[in-house]
Amino acid sequence: MGLETAFGHSFFTSRVDDAVNWARKYSFFQYPFVTACCGMEFMSVWASSYDIARFGAEFPRFSPRQADVLFVVGTVNEKLAPVLKRVYDQMCEPKWVVSFGVCATSGGFYDNYATVQGIDKIIPVDIYIPGCPPRPEAVLDALMKLQEKVSAESVMDKKYK
Amino acid sequence: MNQDLIRTIQEKFPAQVTGTHAFRGDSTVTVRREALREVAGYLRDELGFEFLMDLTAVDYPEREDRFEMVYHFYSFKTNLRLRLKAPVNGKEPLIASLTPLWGAANWFEREAYDMFGIKFEGHPDLRRILMYDTFEGHPLRKDYPLKKRQPRIVHRE
Repeated sequence: MGLETAFGHSFFTSRVDDAVNWARKYSFFQYPFVTACCGMEFMSVWASSYDIARFGAEFPRFSPRQADVLFVVGTVNEKLAPVLKRVYDQMCEPKWVVSFGVCATSGGFYDNYATVQGIDKIIPVDIYIPGCPPRPEAVLDALMKLQEKVSAESVMDKKYK
Repeated sequence: MNQDLIRTIQEKFPAQVTGTHAFRGDSTVTVRREALREVAGYLRDELGFEFLMDLTAVDYPEREDRFEMVYHFYSFKTNLRLRLKAPVNGKEPLIASLTPLWGAANWFEREAYDMFGIKFEGHPDLRRILMYDTFEGHPLRKDYPLKKRQPRIVHRE
């Protein structure tokens, strides 16, 4: 963020961190990269029963340039891999990636010629959610874990320089 | 009723039908590869099978004619179903296209070409439908290596 770089690790930057991270972690704009049946469970996290809006992460942006969190929901195959990479590359920093379900995480039981064995072969991943598909509670748990991760970040981190 | 159907086809094409099978309604007729178009045309025009439900292939590496095409037909008029099979040689996997008879065959045959490498004579646009154009080989063949991967972009790590 520029100014903080001049101050280094100090009281001032830690206060800025707190404010910025607080704002970031409660206002995730997400990009839903939904490719398979996990999308159903993802919708139920969105809907009123589980209500992801309570965590400030309900707002989908279907343009990667406006999104903070990339939710990769479902199987990604080799044919689709360049698309996922491009969507990730188009997102602005700071950005995070959530791998939703076993297919996105490891290929799941699709150990075959067509399927990418985990999206971390294509893009870096912050949070993995296990399950086929994951329960909505697991998704909310992952979201809270991501919030914890974000709140531990600093504007001094290398990725922002 | 199904036996009648099989008998009708057998009597019409005695030299082309190489085998039949029927168990609880799964009437199956196996014909020579060369006769496929003729038999299929007869099914559509004379026996009322106006619906081609499915078309796929099976790989039997141990057989002399390695591939077997499988066609599923349905008739709305008579409520009958029929399975038609035709062996295809592995060295020269070529068989007549049914796209001129049923438009539905178009994408099915592209899929069979993509997965098994079977070529269809008379198909208007025979190219891959599922895999990407740079993909090499035909993944549903039994001799396609199980763990072989062909990534389009470089993987991390």
